[in-house]
Amino acid sequence: MNRHGPSRATRWVIGILIGAFFAIPLVSTLLYTLRGTDGGLSFERWAALFDPAASAAMKPIWIGLGNSLVLALITVLIVLLLLAPTMILVNLRFPKLKPFFEFTVLLPISIPAIVLVVGLSPIYLQIGRTLGTGTWTLAFAYGITVLPFAFRSIQASIDAADLKTLSEAARSLGASWPVVVVKVLASNIRQGLLAASLISIAVVLGEFTIASLLNRQVFQTAMVVVQKQDAYAPAIFTLLALLFCFLLLLIIGRAARGNRKARS
Amino acid sequence: MTALPATADNVLLAEAGEGTRVQFQGIEKSYGANRVLHGVDLDIAPGEFVSLLGPSGCGKTTALRVLAGLESADGGAVLLGGQDVSRIPTNKRDIGMVFQSYSLFPHLRVDDNTAFGLRRRGVGKTAAGRRALDALALVGLEGFADRFPHQLSGGQQQRVALARALVTEPRVLLLDEPLSALDAKVRVQLRDEIRRIQLRLGITTVFVTHDQEEALAVSDRIAVMDAGRIDQIDTPEELYLRPATAHVAAFVGLSSVVSGVASGDRVTVWGRDLPTNAPAEGPVQVHLRPENLRFSGEADAAIGGVVEESTFLGSIRRTLVKTDAGELVRVQHDARQHPVFGDRVHLAVEPVPVAVRES
Repeated sequence: MNRHGPSRATRWVIGILIGAFFAIPLVSTLLYTLRGTDGGLSFERWAALFDPAASAAMKPIWIGLGNSLVLALITVLIVLLLLAPTMILVNLRFPKLKPFFEFTVLLPISIPAIVLVVGLSPIYLQIGRTLGTGTWTLAFAYGITVLPFAFRSIQASIDAADLKTLSEAARSLGASWPVVVVKVLASNIRQGLLAASLISIAVVLGEFTIASLLNRQVFQTAMVVVQKQDAYAPAIFTLLALLFCFLLLLIIGRAARGNRKARS
Repeated sequence: MTALPATADNVLLAEAGEGTRVQFQGIEKSYGANRVLHGVDLDIAPGEFVSLLGPSGCGKTTALRVLAGLESADGGAVLLGGQDVSRIPTNKRDIGMVFQSYSLFPHLRVDDNTAFGLRRRGVGKTAAGRRALDALALVGLEGFADRFPHQLSGGQQQRVALARALVTEPRVLLLDEPLSALDAKVRVQLRDEIRRIQLRLGITTVFVTHDQEEALAVSDRIAVMDAGRIDQIDTPEELYLRPATAHVAAFVGLSSVVSGVASGDRVTVWGRDLPTNAPAEGPVQVHLRPENLRFSGEADAAIGGVVEESTFLGSIRRTLVKTDAGELVRVQHDARQHPVFGDRVHLAVEPVPVAVRES
């Protein structure tokens, strides 16, 4: 036993307390959604989500979920097609810009969403005039909010791979720059790209403030709308969303382990 | 040591050519205010193996990278086969390159790594795979095609990198200190193998190294560089026996520096008259090779001294002696002689040409 660590009993107590801190709200929410009209436990609230008779009431949530998934897809594309190539370019060709670039992409994490919206509002007026007011246009704002999380995931993979030597080797073998990026570099930082994509999806699905203040209907705003008529449905969707994010984090964790194994 | 496959069975060997002439014409290169290449001129004959040798920061790797197109020169031209390639990008120069750090693509198997260059040139998957196996056979790695780079040792990875560079039959093979990350025994093996393969394929090769022993062992000619300039380009024998400058004498092989007085092409050291490589006048510093000094009887001696230390090197020993003039010199001698610290010895000097530098 490690003399300098806490005793087994202390560790158990800490584990139980922290576990309870997370589990109690979740279990309470689950029990709340399972409370039947007769006071017992029942799945009738869960079944009601898919009941055609209640479909009109649930419609905002399904529309919001669809919009959020489209937004997640576009945000991931922004990360993969804009952020990742820019990071490769900065690391390979303009390494002196790295500190400035890192500062810039980490900035959104320190700016409250409400402040971000104030700045984005006039821009979205212009976007509304030129590209319309479709929910998908929120992806431009989300592309900014996910930058810090996506940047960290991709940079970790870039740091682990010797991109300079790999790209020079590929160039010396006759590969054009697009081939170097797609066939060599992207393949060697794919764990980072996967983690960045999954974390971007999780951030987009959980975002409320920007969508609400810019009057776009997404999953989170729809839940607030539905909650006014049916308090149970948003609770169920919250549990499902948490489960989805938990599964995403599991996949990211596995991807990171795979990355470490490959390197070792 | 692996046997090279028979020519008839190996496409690469069967198609071995004459090699391509490589020329540097007044190559200039600066990084900011730091000028790293000062008008480098170099003419490499087709099929020749030339080493760029020099200390860290002398510009040898930069010169190689300019030849590869990985750095652009500020002035001058690089010619391959008489064609100015200065403005042609790396991927269109038709070169093969092996890097100092392991540069295999970690996500590809050995055969896919080796076939990478062929696939970029539009060779079909089957034909590329067959040629990749030929190239792997050339470097003695026939059975390793389905492995991933992390499953190979450092030496094996560099062999695959060599096969990958050779399989496209490039006009010139560039080796950027490919052996420096390997242990001593593997270094010697791979060094000799690179030379044998180069001779069989007849490919023009430029080899960058800071290891003089490596350069002396494999090169047709060696260009010794210092501070962005080529001091001397010559055969290994000429460089060693007749270094043109004191820097070459000091860098290629071991030498001890002692004081002398020059007059034309002669120099007087410890009262002995020796020929010089270059004419000089007045007080000079003279470079003496350890093998040109020997222990002698007092009657034949040029100078006496006291042993400082003696190093056993297998069949020979090198002994550091502090002469009566207060200079430290190394003497190479038979290992059966075993002088120890404090022994009084006498030194004779062979009458061979020596390099001198004005004091």
